[in-house]
Amino acid sequence: MSMTAAPARDQRRWMSLLARWETLLVLALIGLIVLGTTLSPFFLTAGNFSNLIAALMEVAIMAMPMTLIIVLGEIDLSVESMAGLSSAILGFLWAAGVPLWVGIAVVLVVGAFGGLLNGLIVARGGLPSLVVTLGTLALFRGMALIVLGPRGVSDFPDWFTAFGFGHVPGTLIPWPFMVFLALALVLGIVLHRTWIGRQVFAIGKNPSTARFSGVRVTRIRVSLFVLSGMVASLAGIILTSRLSSARADAGSGMTLTVATVVLLGGVNIFGGSGTIPGVALAVLCVAVMQNALRLASVTVEVQSIALGLLLILSVVIPTFAHQAKSALDRARRGRPPPADSIARGEAAP
Amino acid sequence: MAETGAITTQAAVRTRGSVLTAFARQRELSLAAIMVVLGALVSIVAPQFLTISNLTAVAALASIYAVASVGEALVIITRNIDLSVEATIGVVAYCVASILERHVLDAPAAIVLGIGIGLLLGMANGVIVALLRVPSIVATLGTLSIFRGLDYVIAGSHQVPLAGLPPGFTDPARTNLLGLLPEFVVVALVVVVLGTVILRSTRFGRQVYAVGSNPEAAAILGIPARLVEFSAFSVCGLLAGVAGVMWVMFFGTINGTAGTGIVLSIVAAVVVGGVSTLGGSGTIAGAALGALFLGLTANALPLVGLSQFWLQAIYGIVILVAVSVDAVILRRLQRATAERRAR
Amino acid sequence: MTLPPPAPPVAPDAVTASTPPRIELRGISKRFAATQALEDVSLDLLPGEVHGLVGENGAGKSTLVKILAGVHQADSGTIRLDGEATQIHGPAHSRSLGIAVVHQEPRLFPDLTVAENVFIGHAPSGRLGSIDWGGTRRRAESLFRELDVQVDVGAPVRGLSMADQQLIEIAKSLSLEARVLILDEPTASLSAHEVERLFTIVRRLRGRGVSVLFVSHRLDEVFALCDRATVFRDGRHVVTMATRDLTTADLVRHMVGRTVSLFPKVETPIGDVLLAVSGLTKVGEFRDVGFSVRAGEIVGFAGLVGAGRTEVARVLFGIDQRDRGQVLLAGVPVSFASPSAAMHAGIAYLPEDRHQEGLVQDFTIAQNVTLPILPRLFPRLLTRISTERKVAHEFTEQLSVRMTGVDQLVGSLSGGNQQKVVLAKWLASRPRILILDEPTRGIDIGAKVEVHRIISELAASGLGIILISSDLPEVLAMSDRILVFHEGKITAEIPRGQATQERVMFAATGSATVDEPAAAPAAGGVQSEQRLDG
Repeated sequence: MSMTAAPARDQRRWMSLLARWETLLVLALIGLIVLGTTLSPFFLTAGNFSNLIAALMEVAIMAMPMTLIIVLGEIDLSVESMAGLSSAILGFLWAAGVPLWVGIAVVLVVGAFGGLLNGLIVARGGLPSLVVTLGTLALFRGMALIVLGPRGVSDFPDWFTAFGFGHVPGTLIPWPFMVFLALALVLGIVLHRTWIGRQVFAIGKNPSTARFSGVRVTRIRVSLFVLSGMVASLAGIILTSRLSSARADAGSGMTLTVATVVLLGGVNIFGGSGTIPGVALAVLCVAVMQNALRLASVTVEVQSIALGLLLILSVVIPTFAHQAKSALDRARRGRPPPADSIARGEAAP
Repeated sequence: MAETGAITTQAAVRTRGSVLTAFARQRELSLAAIMVVLGALVSIVAPQFLTISNLTAVAALASIYAVASVGEALVIITRNIDLSVEATIGVVAYCVASILERHVLDAPAAIVLGIGIGLLLGMANGVIVALLRVPSIVATLGTLSIFRGLDYVIAGSHQVPLAGLPPGFTDPARTNLLGLLPEFVVVALVVVVLGTVILRSTRFGRQVYAVGSNPEAAAILGIPARLVEFSAFSVCGLLAGVAGVMWVMFFGTINGTAGTGIVLSIVAAVVVGGVSTLGGSGTIAGAALGALFLGLTANALPLVGLSQFWLQAIYGIVILVAVSVDAVILRRLQRATAERRAR
Repeated sequence: MTLPPPAPPVAPDAVTASTPPRIELRGISKRFAATQALEDVSLDLLPGEVHGLVGENGAGKSTLVKILAGVHQADSGTIRLDGEATQIHGPAHSRSLGIAVVHQEPRLFPDLTVAENVFIGHAPSGRLGSIDWGGTRRRAESLFRELDVQVDVGAPVRGLSMADQQLIEIAKSLSLEARVLILDEPTASLSAHEVERLFTIVRRLRGRGVSVLFVSHRLDEVFALCDRATVFRDGRHVVTMATRDLTTADLVRHMVGRTVSLFPKVETPIGDVLLAVSGLTKVGEFRDVGFSVRAGEIVGFAGLVGAGRTEVARVLFGIDQRDRGQVLLAGVPVSFASPSAAMHAGIAYLPEDRHQEGLVQDFTIAQNVTLPILPRLFPRLLTRISTERKVAHEFTEQLSVRMTGVDQLVGSLSGGNQQKVVLAKWLASRPRILILDEPTRGIDIGAKVEVHRIISELAASGLGIILISSDLPEVLAMSDRILVFHEGKITAEIPRGQATQERVMFAATGSATVDEPAAAPAAGGVQSEQRLDG
């Protein structure tokens, strides 16, 4: 409850708790796990969970800053290309004999600059982020191809590849999952427990009011795009490590999954509401679903159909639920005056 | 209270206005001019660029993109976007190829069926956007995944080889009509002319612009915005169907990945062609010219010594430049208005 | 397409009972929740007359226009059109009845051409039902020729001024053969030249027998243009008279003749100069604005909508940037690149549009109140709900906001209480200069009095306050000094003791500046009045 953007005091708290999107996600998760268990006895094993979660970690990591960006009322379609560009640059530098840690640092800086480019064009130029990041989606991928071409670089040191598909010692928890967890924790606190997060919600709900209240709207927009770029780079590094191979086409098509996870997590595509725990739950749901489908011998192709359907439904369902709810409220209360009709009736001459 | 003589509005003064405004209003011309200049420059470095055979090859491939871009332009003019076109093209291409390979239908029927599949997929987008009110970016990102998944499911790992197609089926991609124009170019021209006439001269066409330009004003006028949006998506699907059929004729060998990634090129073509992503303005001809421009760029790259890998980056830059130019023009216009008022 | 047949202009005194009114309104009432917007209003609009409708904000003018435009339906009363009882069901129906409304901000399609905007929805069609562009163009051209306006009908509307866009709306109403033309505050954002052009056209239309309802609160314009004028006050009809039997003073008296229970400003010792502005200019908005604000002082900005008051405030608060001029804050030259910079310097701005700029509707009261001060309240980034609530409590208590608690969503509060939350939000930022833009617009009388009490107390506590208001009694009662804006310039500075509604109104309508001969006859008595300002 306390994680909400606007915790209105509700007498029937449990009702609103039940109606929360996160609750639905938890129920869905339980349902999927039960379903998975009936499909295969291996489903509930730690090893299986470890595998199912590892494959989705790049998406999960990129979904964290994407949550903030969509709450802000923007979108960043370029993340998958930035992951690809990072992989390509990392591979290129390594093949050229540059120490890996230098390469990693360079790649993170490139990610930050890519995000800065997006952020400046969107926030300073006042252009729609949808088109701008569509442009950089092509641009970053193109740069990746220019840097590395069609080849792959794969002779990375063991410590690097071990990070990608190794586990935290003594457990079956993949390292990338720890990265995701740390990111979720930090960004969850930033979004829900700091005033920066409050300002992000304010901008997403009403940019004019935010600006008139002294919120540095441009600075926050640019910063979040920079964050998104950097994290996309990080995801590219992890992807390279997990696949033990750097390729220019790394991460192709991931933006779709990232967006799906974020919207499934209950983030409003028009901005202003959404939670990090919701998105984290959505990550788990998608991971479990993909795993269950795989155990049910459903091909990757059909999984892509399921993902697309999920994306659309995650917008359709809340919209209709909202409409149904307000229709119900209206029926219950009779015909109420619109909340602002008093003020608007004669306010504007 | 004597009445004065003729009254001059700013609009009269305006037409004599800046070069910038002229550029904004004549995007098609400026794009054509840029192409001529670039073409001349490239042909200095690489004389083979300006040969009939090369230009014909470019034009044929560009025609496929042009047809798809026309549909995309229609959608973007209504303030929406369709990211699923490439998957539609893929589905149609494989279905048509596969049907022909198995001799289920003869060529004309397969073509009609392919276009029909495109229309159906477009209508599905239309329903999701116009009826279920899902923002088009989300809806078509979803259907991109769904349609592509369908394509994979239908195709599996199978690839229809050129030999699987009826003899002569791929000829239109390589032959000229009456020895003059490549047949694909004729198809694209027909689509562009038809689309232009519909957008310019029919009530529906004007409604498309009205909905994109000012949805509130359109609602006051009683324009059925949802129907207009639905129709735009349907036509976009239909044209993607046409492009899918052309794809089969052009490439001959078709598997489940046909058209992957080309939506960026299509959107780039539309944006470069001067269609505003804010909706309400731009022309079909502009979008088609944009496709030709990108086609020529793709063709010229290796000739000037750049690898094909530059293409995607150039497309990205082209999108960014095109939308930035539009934004700058818009801002200049607004400032000019404010300054004129001050005088 | 044919224009309405030219009818002989009807002189105001030739109007008799034998001429059936074009529109006859009887006993029209309309209520919005708690507000009675119109009560038992009657009005006749005759063929070939220009009828002025004047009144202050909230007088009910807009509601009447919306009823005629089909946007609202009257709760009771009858509407007769050319003697026939009619109900107006919606905007399209209103149009089909021959009623055309030109709004202050026209609703056109910016990407379409002038000609198409005129004919959209009823374009002439050629063969096969396609749109006949040549015909559309020619007809649009002939329409503008009839109006004696030169315009490139092939140019897109984007980039045209409001004034030109209004002309397009008027041409559209002609193309629809409208019998009734309603101009809803058309001159609010027009320059003097543009206003004169509009009037010329309206007179031509009158000559054709079109009935024009001219809604305005610029009295000089009403005298210059209208045959008769009707005054509304607080949703009621006050008087309808031929303008030649009226003086500006009469009209002002009818408009403001209400006794409002205002909280009188408490006399406060005036301190040092906090804010000194000189030569402030923003091209196209205002020029050479200079004034000062002292601690404990309330400086009223009076003037009409669009006179440049809000624009000055936006520059002072760092939302827009000035082109020229100097701003001294406590003697130090300042320039703010953003609202946050202005806020840090101690300036607060309560914006005109409470919904769009003042509040986040689905934030709680506490979240709204603390929004501007978050970085200061929580220097270590982490927010504490208890701190937030404490601050919100403190300031909302001080302003006696009626609420269930600071966790209530702002959107569920009444207008007056929402405004108090905006005030609380800015008080929490502890400003030195508080700019209030229409602080009591659209809130009920009770809340208004409270807001006035708060403003007075704030001044007493040593704040310098700029009060922008179109509500004359409010400016008069609250201000120590009144600056009157007219077309981007300060036209009068009136100290508290000498301020009367008439003096402010005259300066605000530019009646004194005799730059238009058309305004002269009505302004005869005005000039002597204005000389007093010296």
